[in-house]
Amino acid sequence: MLASPVLVPPPAPPAMHIPDGFLSVAVSITFWVLSVIVVGYALKRVNQDLGERQVPMMGVLAACIFAGQMLNFSVTGGTSGHLLGAAIATILLGPWAAVLVLTCVVGVQALIFQDGGLLALGANIFNMGIVGVAVSYFVYRTIQKLAGGRSWSVLVGGFAAGWTSIFIAALACALQLALSGTSPANVAVPAMGGIHALIGIGEGLITVGALAFLYATRRDLFQARQARPVGGRAVWIAGLAIALALAVASPLASSHPDGLEWVAEQKGFLDVARKPLFEIIPDYVFPGVSNGTLATILAGILGALIVFGVAFAVAYTRRNRQPVPTDH
Amino acid sequence: MHIHFLDPYRPRPSLIHRLDPRVKFALTLAFILAVALTPLGAWPVYILLFSIVLSVEILSELGVSDVLKRSTLALPFALAALPMLFTVQGLPLLTLGPLTLTQAGLERFAGIAAKSWISAQMAIILASSTPFPDLLLAMRAFKIPRLLVAILGLMWRYLFVMADEALRLMRARQARSGQPAASAARVGGSVAWRARVTGGMAGNLFLRSFERADRIYAAMASRGYDGEVRAFPLPHITRGQQSILALGLGLLTLLVLGGFLFWG
Repeated sequence: MLASPVLVPPPAPPAMHIPDGFLSVAVSITFWVLSVIVVGYALKRVNQDLGERQVPMMGVLAACIFAGQMLNFSVTGGTSGHLLGAAIATILLGPWAAVLVLTCVVGVQALIFQDGGLLALGANIFNMGIVGVAVSYFVYRTIQKLAGGRSWSVLVGGFAAGWTSIFIAALACALQLALSGTSPANVAVPAMGGIHALIGIGEGLITVGALAFLYATRRDLFQARQARPVGGRAVWIAGLAIALALAVASPLASSHPDGLEWVAEQKGFLDVARKPLFEIIPDYVFPGVSNGTLATILAGILGALIVFGVAFAVAYTRRNRQPVPTDH
Repeated sequence: MHIHFLDPYRPRPSLIHRLDPRVKFALTLAFILAVALTPLGAWPVYILLFSIVLSVEILSELGVSDVLKRSTLALPFALAALPMLFTVQGLPLLTLGPLTLTQAGLERFAGIAAKSWISAQMAIILASSTPFPDLLLAMRAFKIPRLLVAILGLMWRYLFVMADEALRLMRARQARSGQPAASAARVGGSVAWRARVTGGMAGNLFLRSFERADRIYAAMASRGYDGEVRAFPLPHITRGQQSILALGLGLLTLLVLGGFLFWG
């Protein structure tokens, strides 16, 4: 088959990029703040390690992860597995550089390709960039230590890091949705966790394949990394803490969804139950129309008229527009 | 074959394209924030927000149907909010076995889907009407660290190179693989084997990127790069553009306030 535009899958939207509209403003802003702090620190750390190499190295590797997400393999029927890359970036580049690279990837996906929202970007960076990287680092380093640095631990560690990074990031995503009151925890946690437990296997297998190839051809990449463990203990502990917290909080939240709902309500996240200050159309009944259904239909027609009126008016003003010279 | 078609930017001689990227960036973010802040159930405000996005689509000359088509990409995620139909307490509308569809649940679900759809359209217009270098300029104006902006700029420059590289790898795999007549038939070994092959390709892509990054660094260093990111000072924002920004922000504030007063 010849490669044609139709055959090239666009960067497949994994089910983990939260679009705008699904997170409450409070949750969005909280995760923006957390992400900004961590990414700012990562920027500083990588600058210390790589110096003036930072910009070309991080830029090209971010482009590489982005392009690597296009590589896919068919599983069954129409479904296919593909790489997300948090684990492999962490293993090859160290945690801080991986945070930067994934932040750029998730940012460009949101800004240019609408894979994930802009207001939700903070949460998406947190899930895929920060949680994914910290958990990968923790799992990979632990298996390396346990195996005493034997060569098989690269592959086992790679698979475990790939799977765990996806699974734990999905739990974080589910909890954010539940906290925002857009998906009940007792449905979101098992559903997101279940789907991503499967997606994680694909991620783990691709990570192993990539590591096996690199281990055979460029072992120096691994040795350089082992001689100089960047980030060290703090990231390991953060990874452990995140993995533990989410692994404990998720089943708790999903068996007591009311608990999370209660938190959401206390924080004022849920805005359905509040009373408006003024009511223009009380109880959805139009003034002068007593039938509820009729009133709803009338309101719908009125809304459609407003939308098309505005659209028509804008289009009308543009009807005789002279072509404007541009510099493009 | 190059995959420049991935770039969503479409040049048009439109008003929206000529807006200062900083004004456009700020207004897009403000719009999405306003959509998020609008209380669920404030349908008249949603209608007005939708009218705004539709007007901008018409003004941008990008083709309303094209923007609408692209905006459906985010819809599958709405599945995540689907359980809300049945779990929110309220007036029962319909009973399906053990599940009861409530009016409040329906309203919540429709509100989330509408918010997501309206926000996605504005983000699409921003990406389609602004070249990436202009977006980088807007990011600089918003005090995003210069190093991060420089990394994003370099990433963009090599995104298409690396995507072409990935495309070549995929074409090579395809050239060496059989294709069954019946497309449903399973070929090419087990799923794990296929995943490993894909992994090898990903590793290869990594290796090529490492080597390319070294070459790029050497090229930059040979031209005098010393780690300091230098950029031209930001140009002035004209009076007209400033007033567009102020008007847009004012309108959005009014809409959100209205939403809170009447439907909060």
